[in-house]
Amino acid sequence: MDYNWNWAIFGELSPDGVNTYWQMLLSGLGWTLATSLAGWAMALLLGTLVGVARTLPQRWLRLVAGGYVELFRNVPLLVQMFLWFFVVPELLPRAAGDWLKALPQAPFVTAVVCLGFFTSARVAVQVAAGIDALAGGQAQAALALGLTRGQAYRHVLLPLAVRIVLPPLTSEFLNIIKNSSVALTIGLVELTASARAIQEFSFQVFEAYTAATVLYVLVNLVVTAGMHAVERRLALPGTLGKY
Amino acid sequence: MASIRLFVFLTLALVAGAIHAQQPPGTLAKIGRDGYITLGVREGSVPFSYLDDKGRFIGYSVDLCMKIVDEVKKRLNKPVEVRMTPVSASNRIPLMANGTIDLECGSTTNNADRAGQVAFSPTIFVIANRLLTRKTANIRSLADMKGKTLVATAGTTTLKQMTALNRERNLGMRIVIGKDHPESFLMLETNRAAAEANDDILLAAQVAGSKQPADYVIGSEALSLEPYGIMLRRGDPAFKEVVDAAIRAAFASPDFPRLYAKWFTSPIPPKGINLNVPMSPQLQKVVANPTDSPDPAAYR
Repeated sequence: MDYNWNWAIFGELSPDGVNTYWQMLLSGLGWTLATSLAGWAMALLLGTLVGVARTLPQRWLRLVAGGYVELFRNVPLLVQMFLWFFVVPELLPRAAGDWLKALPQAPFVTAVVCLGFFTSARVAVQVAAGIDALAGGQAQAALALGLTRGQAYRHVLLPLAVRIVLPPLTSEFLNIIKNSSVALTIGLVELTASARAIQEFSFQVFEAYTAATVLYVLVNLVVTAGMHAVERRLALPGTLGKY
Repeated sequence: MASIRLFVFLTLALVAGAIHAQQPPGTLAKIGRDGYITLGVREGSVPFSYLDDKGRFIGYSVDLCMKIVDEVKKRLNKPVEVRMTPVSASNRIPLMANGTIDLECGSTTNNADRAGQVAFSPTIFVIANRLLTRKTANIRSLADMKGKTLVATAGTTTLKQMTALNRERNLGMRIVIGKDHPESFLMLETNRAAAEANDDILLAAQVAGSKQPADYVIGSEALSLEPYGIMLRRGDPAFKEVVDAAIRAAFASPDFPRLYAKWFTSPIPPKGINLNVPMSPQLQKVVANPTDSPDPAAYR
């Protein structure tokens, strides 16, 4: 391959005249983290609610939750990003649409909402699977003790289910960090977009993407380590799980 | 821990392998050996390189590239299959550097920065960067954009120039990025940006193809002068000579005015839009005296 390597490029000033390329990369990393963490918080909350709804005795609730999952799980993320950014504001009343488009961080807000809904569908399936994996007797025993259904979920079913689905939830957490790069298609300058901008301004493609790759791997290693610590912390001797 | 060490080892091995990869043979020899040439083409750079309604890549740059292919066939004295690979503004330079494409037939500015990674044919078109706005927005020049939102396409010289101008002139513009030219126009069309900065010829094509062409106006202020060239690999003088000869011959041919008229002053597929852009004095100069200079001053 005929290519001029230049690792010193990161110290150079970018065309905006203020930041070096290295600072551009770090700012991108910041947006990646902010987007993924906010999206993850939303996904956990919505995903747990929808996942619980999928296991309730009320048939209509299960149907609604199932529809939610199919809707957000089956449309490609790239398409959802486009729909939320370009189509939804046009469907809203004129004033609301204009307000949305004029938000100072419209791409960020859109990316968080889109990733939050997309990932929540996947979290919901995992939470529901975790609850279903518990022996049916757990719920009945909790109810027989005089707990209401809400208390049974809060004190018995969810705490046990969460321990079972922690490993797939870790994968989902890693996924949302990587998926946040799709937000570059709506103009959010996150890590991948920063690497691309460096490439476009300096033409040092491989250096820029190498740096981005290393940063993604580092972040994901930290998340993996953190989630392992959580797993160990929550482990109950004698139940499912490694610890 | 062992898995992390293995991962680091594999990554280093991969990078080392990439650095020590074999130098490829000259492009002409490679085409002769493989029996095919790969053209990098664009999906939405009307009228230089784009898809028609039958899914074929057509355009002014594609036509010129086919003339280069004819010259290659003549030099090699054997048939050469033409393969087309869609590229984007962002990936065209890496795909050229790693040998995926042999020629890039799009709307690519030849500038001094890019000379570090790629080479260019003689200039095939000369454009100016301008602003596209809605008539109702009343924006006459870049100075009127103070504090407003501007869209430019990722990977373009325009984006880089606008970023620099924003700072030099203290405009405080918010610059948003479209991933390709159609998306940049979509940002303007849906009022996410007050203006789109782009090459005037591409803007003319966007307006002509839009739902309400009468709503838009292309600014008269030329923010730059840029030569377009067909991109090839750097450091391959033998292939560059073939490309140069083919383009010079095309310009000198009595058929050239017809080739120009086919794309710029006649209805073009797929919608039969006529861009109505007569040959600029800058391009006339280039056709009379072909040059591959990246210096804008050479075209004034």
